[in-house]
Amino acid sequence: MREVDIIIIGGGPAGLSAAISCKREGIDNLLLIEREDRLGGILNQCIHSGFGLEIFKEDLTGPEYAKRYITEVERLHIPFMLKGNVLDISQDKEVVVVSPKGLFKLRAKAIILSMGCRERARGAIGIPGTRPAGIYTAGQAQNLMNIRNYMVGKRVVILGSGDIGLIMARRLTLEGARVLAVVEILPYCSGLPRNRVQCLEDFKIPLLLNHTIVDIKGDKRLKSVTISKVGKRGGIVPRQKREIPCDTLLLSCGLIPENELSRKAGVILDPETSGPIVNEELETNIPGIYACGNVLQVHDLVDWVTLEGEKVGKSAASYVKGGKRNYQWIDARAGSGIRYIIPHRISTERDVEVTLRVSRPGKDKDILVKDRNRLIKKVFFGKVNPSQMIKLRLNKKELRGTKALWVSLR
Amino acid sequence: MEERYDIVVIGGGVIGCSIARELSKYQVKILLLEKESDVTLGTSGKNSGVVHSGLYPKPGSLKARLNVEGNRLFPKFCEELDVPFRKIGTLVVAKNKDEVKELKRLKKIGDTNGVPGIEIISQHELKKMEPNIKGVASLYSPTGGITSPYTLTIALAENALLNGVKISLNNEVKGIRRENGRLLVKTEKGEFKTGWVINSAGLFADRIAQMVGISDYRIYPCRGEYHILDKRTMGLINRMVYPVPPKEGGGKGIHLTPTISGNILIGPSAAYIRDREDTKTTKRIMKRLFQEAKEFLPKLTENDFIHNYSGNRAKLIGPKVSGFSDFVIEESPKIPYFINLIGIESPGLTCAPAIAKMVVNIIKEKEGLRRNRDFNPKRHGIKRFSDLSLDEKERLIKENPNFGEIICRCEEVTRQEIISAIKNPLGVVTLSGIKYRTRAGMGRCQGGYCLPKIVGILEEFGISEREITLKGKGSSLFYGRMRE
Ligand SMILES: Cc1cc2nc3c(=O)[nH]c(=O)nc-3n(C[C@H](O)[C@H](O)[C@H](O)COP(=O)(O)OP(=O)(O)OC[C@H]3O[C@@H](n4cnc5c(N)ncnc54)[C@H](O)[C@@H]3O)c2cc1C
Ligand SMILES: Cc1cc2nc3c(=O)[nH]c(=O)nc-3n(C[C@H](O)[C@H](O)[C@H](O)COP(=O)(O)OP(=O)(O)OC[C@H]3O[C@@H](n4cnc5c(N)ncnc54)[C@H](O)[C@@H]3O)c2cc1C
Repeated sequence: MREVDIIIIGGGPAGLSAAISCKREGIDNLLLIEREDRLGGILNQCIHSGFGLEIFKEDLTGPEYAKRYITEVERLHIPFMLKGNVLDISQDKEVVVVSPKGLFKLRAKAIILSMGCRERARGAIGIPGTRPAGIYTAGQAQNLMNIRNYMVGKRVVILGSGDIGLIMARRLTLEGARVLAVVEILPYCSGLPRNRVQCLEDFKIPLLLNHTIVDIKGDKRLKSVTISKVGKRGGIVPRQKREIPCDTLLLSCGLIPENELSRKAGVILDPETSGPIVNEELETNIPGIYACGNVLQVHDLVDWVTLEGEKVGKSAASYVKGGKRNYQWIDARAGSGIRYIIPHRISTERDVEVTLRVSRPGKDKDILVKDRNRLIKKVFFGKVNPSQMIKLRLNKKELRGTKALWVSLR
Repeated sequence: MEERYDIVVIGGGVIGCSIARELSKYQVKILLLEKESDVTLGTSGKNSGVVHSGLYPKPGSLKARLNVEGNRLFPKFCEELDVPFRKIGTLVVAKNKDEVKELKRLKKIGDTNGVPGIEIISQHELKKMEPNIKGVASLYSPTGGITSPYTLTIALAENALLNGVKISLNNEVKGIRRENGRLLVKTEKGEFKTGWVINSAGLFADRIAQMVGISDYRIYPCRGEYHILDKRTMGLINRMVYPVPPKEGGGKGIHLTPTISGNILIGPSAAYIRDREDTKTTKRIMKRLFQEAKEFLPKLTENDFIHNYSGNRAKLIGPKVSGFSDFVIEESPKIPYFINLIGIESPGLTCAPAIAKMVVNIIKEKEGLRRNRDFNPKRHGIKRFSDLSLDEKERLIKENPNFGEIICRCEEVTRQEIISAIKNPLGVVTLSGIKYRTRAGMGRCQGGYCLPKIVGILEEFGISEREITLKGKGSSLFYGRMRE
């Protein structure tokens, strides 16, 4: 069995930056495994711009952004495998991968999970109606249009106001389709404000908040969707139904970290994020298995994915080199108004950066970081929004002596 | 153009395909007509996939006899056809003391029907068998089994084809006439002269009968909806779990069924509908299925749902009438050489092998059938990569690199399996056809990942963008290319 110091699973922006970071930390015996026939992950189908504003201070397209890291991987001679699909990882870090070249069993000292996420499909949301052709998830449509050059529809309704749906609303409009409405069950848009403005408002595409789809008609190809207003308690408002004739429905109803492999290895997941529970090194409950990017938490900015990958690369390299491990971990918990916080455990011995999301939008809010009743930090936000991930830096002086960290919104 | 056959079978469901295959054991010229783009697109692809032991049908009925016989024939039937089948056993669970009486009643029916090995077990024994199921006592019937109903129907069609049956898809029967003692079947594509007609058109069997002037039957479609659960729920139950049958509706109640591929089904509901082919799902029933299943299986969560579907029962009794109706399987007393199979609702799948034999016997009573010496009972399915051991996988990829490329990540389906499905003997190149043959797109992401890849492979096979459909005519996926 081939022995590798660090195996990185998934060659999207998270895996690319983790690999580069491992190499820079002096690890040469590493392997980046990607199941597609090129590196770059989901960025390859994101041909719109808006990537790299934070790291490069430039407005790049997805493929341009990916290119910078792929070039670096090649320059550093980091070994990578394409068309390699990891089928299994075990608790003792044995990895089974298949590719057209064969089936390989590898053993790693450390593993970095960077498999990205998948889209929530119709069955998981339970949309009633018939099951004709013409229903796609937004990312699937993006792939079919941008990579495979197929036109998926002419008269389109989009369910869910996630970022991919918003981007596709604009893309389809520019390609001559009519986007009749973006239908969102929540009272607010779940995509980024800049996407709402640039993709919907600039094209006068209606965003119907507090609405959902209650029926789908059509036997062979989609004929119509029926939408309805949703009341305060989530119920359908009876007399507020409307049938919209259309041939295509895109679903943009959320992304789910792709943790099937992680489960096989015994990694424990957080039900709120569907990603692994991690400590400040972004290490899972299994020593030497780390996670970064969308497999850990769904990000809205690729730049932050890259930074998370860098951090994980350093942690994994330190693990392999026998760095310090005997930290006293304390829990970091999401209190009222906060949906989740990552990492789930911190050491208080170092400065730490935490990422979190609020549960619902709000104005003039404070985020409070507390150790039981002791206020550690208070940060003011003019606006908070669940679609925008928030980063907080806590320094070790502030954290000294903390027994349990609580973050809440007021 | 007019072609001549000895026997025309109408309907490519499990019943029509079983009959066609059974008849191919004899020297007769057979044509099977199906209106859709593939076999198994009717009720045979949309049921629970249960091979019933025989607890439910009324003693002495045709349903009871064929059920017990079908159950006995099933293991060999599936083995010959390379179709998965597992005898996992059935539990009917009483939620309270009152329901225990019902268990005794069911046991009596089962015993009378000749179902082997049924026993009533205690709460304690139930806990041992099914630790996650709540109940006070249970009836255990060890001969209940599960299969893949669509795989079976496809396998039957393929084996029939191999043995000389002509199968014509996308060919709806429009009318039937009698002429000089022969029958003339008119379809959307032509006219066929035949000695016998076998009416196994499922939900439309009454309409086909009407075409020759038999108006004694009326089918009342009754829809059953389901939830499919993620494979990570595998092992939550090991056997089929039924409630005691509800007083109304005549159904078996909403039950939990492990599928042959490791998922769990919740359903079916029972609701009379108007349009026979309306297999939509509804929010109201989705909620009810969840609630009722949760009473048995408290661990169930809505996060485990990956898909919904529904199938329609071809009932011979309408909504307001209660009581029992039997299968109609006979040569019509009015129209000689016209065999009706009407009202083939549950346990129709289970009965399929026995029904096929019964129909052959009806024909044999009238005319001698000569054995087809070349008949080959064996059919080989597509080799499933995910079922193999690591060593076998390794060897297979060395032989054929297409096995090393995973196309459907959820169900671990490889490029080679997709290619084999595209080259299927029936010549079906729809997405649904590929899905039913390989399971690509049946997993938790429901084709989110594999659909673009399968489209890419279809392209390599020269299928143009307009010809790529979900399930045949009118179900195109695309509106052409974005750029030339
Ligand atoms: C449609 C869309 C639009 C976006 N728009 C913007 C934007 O405008 N600006 C911005 O800054 N950010 C944007 N983002 C966010 C950002 O691009 C993503 O969050 C980022 O690409 C996630 O990186 P990742 O490496 O975690 O995942 P991915 O890019 O998904 O990469 C994961 C990789 O792992 C591989 N993989 C998975 N499982 C296996 C396995 N078992 N074996 C081998 N390989 C495997 C996959 O093939 C994939 O290549 C957008 C995201 C999406 C989806
Ligand atoms: C919800 C539900 C659950 C069930 N569960 C079970 C179970 O667990 N176990 C069990 O044993 N049984 C079960 N059954 C019953 C079983 O599914 C049916 O008895 C069986 O599938 C019927 O097969 P069929 O071939 O008669 O009908 P179908 O599969 O409907 O086939 C009839 C075919 O005829 C075609 N056709 C119709 N009209 C024409 C025409 N004019 N020209 C050409 N072709 C035509 C149709 O397209 C169709 O393909 C269930 C049924 C339902 C509805």
